Formats: sequence, structure tokens, C-alpha cells
Amino acid sequence: MTATISGDTLSGGFTEAPMQSARAFREILEVLARPGLIRTVTGAAPPAPLSIAAGVALLTLTDPTTPLHLAGAADCQPVRDWVAFHIGAPLVAAEEADFALGTWDALQPVARFRIGQPDYPDRSATLIVELDRLTNHGPALSGPGIALSTWLSLPETAAFRANRALFPLGYDCLFTCGDRLAGLPRSTRVENI
Amino acid sequence: MTDQAYNFAYLDEQTKRMIRRAILKGIAVPGYQVPFASREMPMPYGWGTGGVQVTAACLVPEDLLKVIDQGADDTTNAVSIRKFFQRTAGVATTEATAEATVIQTRHRIPEVPLTEGQILVYQVPIPEPLRFLEPRETETRKMHELEEYGLMHVKLYEDIARHGEIATSYAYPVKVEGRYVMDPSPIPKFDNPKLGQSPAIQLFGAGREQRIYALPPYSDVVSLDFDDHPFQASKAPHDCDLCGAKDSYLDEVITDDAGGRMFVCSDTDFCAGRRAEGHVGRLGEPV
Repeated sequence: MTATISGDTLSGGFTEAPMQSARAFREILEVLARPGLIRTVTGAAPPAPLSIAAGVALLTLTDPTTPLHLAGAADCQPVRDWVAFHIGAPLVAAEEADFALGTWDALQPVARFRIGQPDYPDRSATLIVELDRLTNHGPALSGPGIALSTWLSLPETAAFRANRALFPLGYDCLFTCGDRLAGLPRSTRVENI
Repeated sequence: MTDQAYNFAYLDEQTKRMIRRAILKGIAVPGYQVPFASREMPMPYGWGTGGVQVTAACLVPEDLLKVIDQGADDTTNAVSIRKFFQRTAGVATTEATAEATVIQTRHRIPEVPLTEGQILVYQVPIPEPLRFLEPRETETRKMHELEEYGLMHVKLYEDIARHGEIATSYAYPVKVEGRYVMDPSPIPKFDNPKLGQSPAIQLFGAGREQRIYALPPYSDVVSLDFDDHPFQASKAPHDCDLCGAKDSYLDEVITDDAGGRMFVCSDTDFCAGRRAEGHVGRLGEPV
């Protein structure tokens, strides 16, 4: 054991991975299948500046087979160590990432993330976007998963409209804020109101 | 009680993460078939290995699981898959559609309308709707990429030219959100109208063919047809002989070797529920 590994690195993962990741996935599935829905997740205690929800999403979805991009403040030594110990995902540049994590500003320009190929649209990035506030006020959402329309406090609309225009290509987003998360798949139409 | 020799819901965590990522991409691109690294399961291909893997990746310990095979809760495939998850996931099971949170189905959609919070998992044998028209995967992939579905319309047209109507009665192709043509698995076309605008999440797993696809809730799903030959959801022109239901999908049961037959609801839970409410069909007896 070297002196550079702190106790924070070794803690904060799932204590009962099969059950906790199963419950977390169901919430992630619900929020991505129903854009605008906000759900609460538990089980992770990642180092700052990561939110609980971002930690849960990483523990549930990423592993050594999924290249991960840490953007901005999230790309710090405690987070890199925590990812290395609990997840083992290779840290890569934005253009090669399956998953990317950071604030909306830190993830810019989002056009550099993988949007899949015309014959394999699934080979695209999933962005885990840390937000300061996550509420059902803001741009209007419609599309698959939404009965009529709903609202979500998105950081902007232009980028998501451009992403929708690429359909079936495009990246997908999970928004995290504290222990809550919401989803925005590429199929959702976003309108400023 | 979960059998301690297994991880929760049988599959290892790495495999479940891989399947979960495929499910999420399927949700993001409705109707597109996402390749996944299907595992060998302790049952033969054709017994729902795809559906079982999707169910295993979705289950939580609090779930109430229902498994149906052609609508029935008590047939071999349904019973064995239900027991599999009772043993490896320790989840509670039910036969009541309205109570279930996860329903794995082979070739039917329950008669009782699904609700938000429910997940319907389909077992899919051949996920590619174009496969019988074009055997090469490279070509069908290109056809999906270019949204080139003329061949499917030619097939439906030839049906009309030969039989006077579209003769496809199950696995009837649908177009999802105006983009991908999708095989809804071999459900009778009677069930096709229930695919679209459903409050439930619908997931499709094909184990041997290694594909997962999905319909988010409230998706637009249109059965392919022509203006002068509109899609019709058909069923046997009878009432259920046990419960008298006029609007449910029926199985035909041969009762003797002298031409005797009866028609009964394919959805056993629906039929039993109606009989418990006092409905009696032509050959039924009051409960």
C-alpha cells in the first residue's frame, strides 16, 4: 500500500453491488425512458466534486470496457484514483469516450463526442452532466417516453436541438444534481418556451 | 430465498452492465436493434434466453415478476422461467397482470392494459424484420441505415396480390417513431395496436441473434399497410367459451376427433379474472 492512496479512494463504492446497481439501473432506465422524470439514487459516495448521482451512474454503467472522459473539475486526482479503484475504466480524450462526466460548461464543445455511425447508431457517447439545479421548469420536452409534454431545467436548448437533428445519431445525456438524476436521450425534441 | 451459489439474478455484474448499456441505447434509438454479447444461459436457445437476460438485467429484489407463454401463466416455458428467477433472484412472482412490475412474455401482450411502472420483456426469436426477405446481415444493416424499406412493402403487396389481403398474421412489421421498421416478435397482429402509446417500457431480447431493442413509453408505433388495404387487428370470430369475452385473443382447442372445438382466451389471467367476476361462456361453468 503506497502513501498516495487515501482512505477516500477505497471507500464510497457500492457495499452490496448486485442489489444497489440493480436498483440504480432501474432508476436510470426510468429517467432515460421518460425524459423529464427526476428520480433519486443512493449508494455511492464519490470524492468531490462528483455528486452522489454521478457516482451511482458511473458505478452502475461503466467498467474496464468503457472508455471514460473526465471533463474540467471532475478530472482531478481524487476522482481519477476513485475511478481506477472502483471501476477501472480507461480515462481517454473526449473523442474516444463511451461515457463523459463533467459540468455542461466543462463538456463543451459537445460536438466532439461520438454520435455513433449510420449503421451502428448505438456506438455513441453517454454524457453525465452535473447540474447545479434540476427541476421541472425550463425548456419543453416532447417525443418518445413523454405522454404530452414536460419540462426540464436544461443548461441550454440549441445543442440539444442540434443533437436531435442528427437522429438516429447523437449522444445521450444523464443530468445529475446531488442524489437526483434525469435523462435526455437523443430522441427528445427540445423547445424553448 | 436466493440460492447463494448464484449472483443476484444469475448473471455476473459485468454482464449485467453490458446488457444495461445496450438497453439504454435501445431506449435512446427506439426500434433499432442494439448488438450485445449474449451469454449462454442454462436453457436452450428458443426458450427465451434473450428475454431472460434482459429480465435479469432489469430485476430488483422488490419486483413482482409475471411470466407468460402465449398468454398462459401455466405452460412449461413460463413456469420454468418463473422458477428460474424465484431461485436465482429471490423475487416474488404473480399471475395477476395488474400487480406485476416486470412481465416477461413469449408472443403475447396481456389483455389488461399496462401501466406506468411496468416493464414488458419480449422473447424474440428473429429480431430482424427483413431477414426472410434478405438473408445477408450486411445488406439488412445497410437497408436500416438508408431507411430503405421498399422490400417490406413489396412483400405485403405480394400478399395482397396472392391472397386478396395481407396474410401476415403474426410478427407483423411496425414502423417506430417514423424511422426504424421493427419486428414486434411473433405476437399476433391482434396485439399490434397495444405496442404504441403504451404507458409501460417495452424491451425486446433475442439471445441467439444477440440483439436488444426497445420501445420507450408513449412511442409512435405504426403497423405497415396501404391506404386501400389498411391494417386490421384480427382474431377468431368467436367469443371465449369459458368466460364469454368478445374482445380478447382466442386459442382454438380441439376437444374430440369428431370436429368438436372450443375457443378460449389465450390470456389465462384475464380469463380467470372474468370467470371469478361471474362471466360464463358457452361451455363454461360458474366458478
